[in-house]
Amino acid sequence: MKAPRITDTTLRDGSHALQHQYTREQVRAVVQALDQAGVPVIEVTHGDGLGGSSVQYGFSRTSELDLIAEAAETAQKAKIAALLVPGIGTRKDLKAAVDRGLKVVRIATQCTEADISQQHFAMAKEMGLEAVGFLMMAHMRPPAALVEQALLMQSYGADCVYVVDSAGAMLPQDAYARVKALNEALEIHVGFHAHNNLGLAVGNTLAALEAGADQVDGCLRGLGAGAGNAPTEVLAAVLDRMGLNPGLDVFKLMDAAEYVVAPLMPYQPIPDRDALTIGYAGVYSTFLLHAKRAAEQFGLDPREILVELGRRQAVAGQEDWILDVALDLVRQRERP
Amino acid sequence: MIQPGANLGKVKVAILGSGNIGTDLMYKILRDPGHMELALVAGIDPQSEGLSRAKSLGIQTSTEGIEAILADPSIRIVFDATSAKAHIRHAGMLREAGRIAIDLTPAAQGPYVVPPVNLGKHLDEPNVNLITCGGQATIPLVYAVSRVVPVRYAEIVSTVASVSAGPGTRQNIDEFTFTTAKGLEVIGGAQQGKALVLLNPAEPPVLMRNTIYAVPESDEVDEEAVQASVERMALEVRRYVPGYRLKPVVFDRRQTPWGTKPVITMLLEVEGAGDFLPTYSGNLDIMTASARRVGELFAQHLLGIRGMIA
Repeated sequence: MKAPRITDTTLRDGSHALQHQYTREQVRAVVQALDQAGVPVIEVTHGDGLGGSSVQYGFSRTSELDLIAEAAETAQKAKIAALLVPGIGTRKDLKAAVDRGLKVVRIATQCTEADISQQHFAMAKEMGLEAVGFLMMAHMRPPAALVEQALLMQSYGADCVYVVDSAGAMLPQDAYARVKALNEALEIHVGFHAHNNLGLAVGNTLAALEAGADQVDGCLRGLGAGAGNAPTEVLAAVLDRMGLNPGLDVFKLMDAAEYVVAPLMPYQPIPDRDALTIGYAGVYSTFLLHAKRAAEQFGLDPREILVELGRRQAVAGQEDWILDVALDLVRQRERP
Repeated sequence: MIQPGANLGKVKVAILGSGNIGTDLMYKILRDPGHMELALVAGIDPQSEGLSRAKSLGIQTSTEGIEAILADPSIRIVFDATSAKAHIRHAGMLREAGRIAIDLTPAAQGPYVVPPVNLGKHLDEPNVNLITCGGQATIPLVYAVSRVVPVRYAEIVSTVASVSAGPGTRQNIDEFTFTTAKGLEVIGGAQQGKALVLLNPAEPPVLMRNTIYAVPESDEVDEEAVQASVERMALEVRRYVPGYRLKPVVFDRRQTPWGTKPVITMLLEVEGAGDFLPTYSGNLDIMTASARRVGELFAQHLLGIRGMIA
């Protein structure tokens, strides 16, 4: 096993838990703490990526471009990354983010739709960015199918392709098999992004490392969508104990989690009833707060909505299906 | 203006492009020709399934593409179902030859048209563009809201079955969002538009669905008037897209960049007619159905017929 590169996404995946209300001051404090603790890549964007500020996903309180600029000005060593989901964000958004100091772009598609990312990879490489592919909801397809999609991203110029467990639905053997398959088929790096909906974020990350992952993601205090992600400070401590510390200051990360991030968290993400249902039903982690809201509005159990979305094979970004499903459930209930 | 030998009361039309869209459009025109006579289907690929289907239905075909159309002066209206790049070339040639071009590609060489909203204004244009499938589905509803209450911001989310999104859309997904957003503003009447597109690979494939959010300028909305206007528009669209189905409008208040504002949410499903393409391809069906409708209205206009229902 090798020491992986860590990308911290407290300021992107964590944006879901904060309903995209991050301020410049918060971004500055988190980036400073991560940078000083030796985290090499820090992702800062609306939770749904560049251009995600919308009715569909929730509007950003502060423009993500301003947050990216703040992060880029603050970081001494770390590179600032942003998520870009084609269909939501565009090359225009990417260009604007690069003007604010962006160095790494993570281009995400549903794990069957890599071919919509070609124009974005092309532009990223043209602009000299590091370009990482993100195959979302990767639990929905077997390893061989993911390999095909990852090869497409590699052919478009990706420097790394991630297996992304957006639903937190994978078991350790699922994470292992997928990362292993990509690792064997690709010439570029392979990454893994975990969610903790089944309580397996750190365990799955270790399985991914066992399978040869070069890059993995974390969030301070696990602050992310659903039950959150693998906590960066926990990963640092575990990797250190395994003799695989990639240069992270474990105590500084503990302090960052404890004193910088914990006080700004609206709640501690854990695999509680609804977040656990997301992992169990295999739906997109960001549906959590939207489903809770719709359930409250229509007097439903959020689990009914989430399980129905799983049955309908909802994919990343389909938050609008939540209202649709809630209306259908209400109508079914009213039927004699 | 009647050409010698023309079928009186009919305008000769041609389809350029024999792929899925061109073929579905052919079936739609044959099923309900109205005042059009389909005189030619022109492609460039001799192996194309669309051309062999056209031939077997007794339609004249050619593999000479645009040249075959230019060679037949009796063809007045040309549906271009090729690609944006090809249409940019075709647009000038057709204009010079005095033919009307109905453009189903994203090339946007002529004004945007959405049949129940603004087609009447552009019947003397030599070239009109059908925007995108997401635009054809959602712009009528944004317009239906904005004719009741000024719309500060309109946002649409189009979800399409993966198998129903062709390589043109996939390689140009940014252009889909830009063009649709612009249509929401220019035709829908929103001060600012935003479009999102999602592809869903579920099996069996999902029907095309669209969510339309409209944030009005004002803090109060006459909900009944909006509901009535939207229903009236949906009825209008259903006349040419029978599978256009809308849930009751949801009125809500949300945090927006303009403060806590009313948000009008419309949930729309589009099932295709299944003329050639499968019924889940509502996204493609609404393009070909709109194109047929636009063609019919141009044909009536050329024949000097006014106020007829296509």
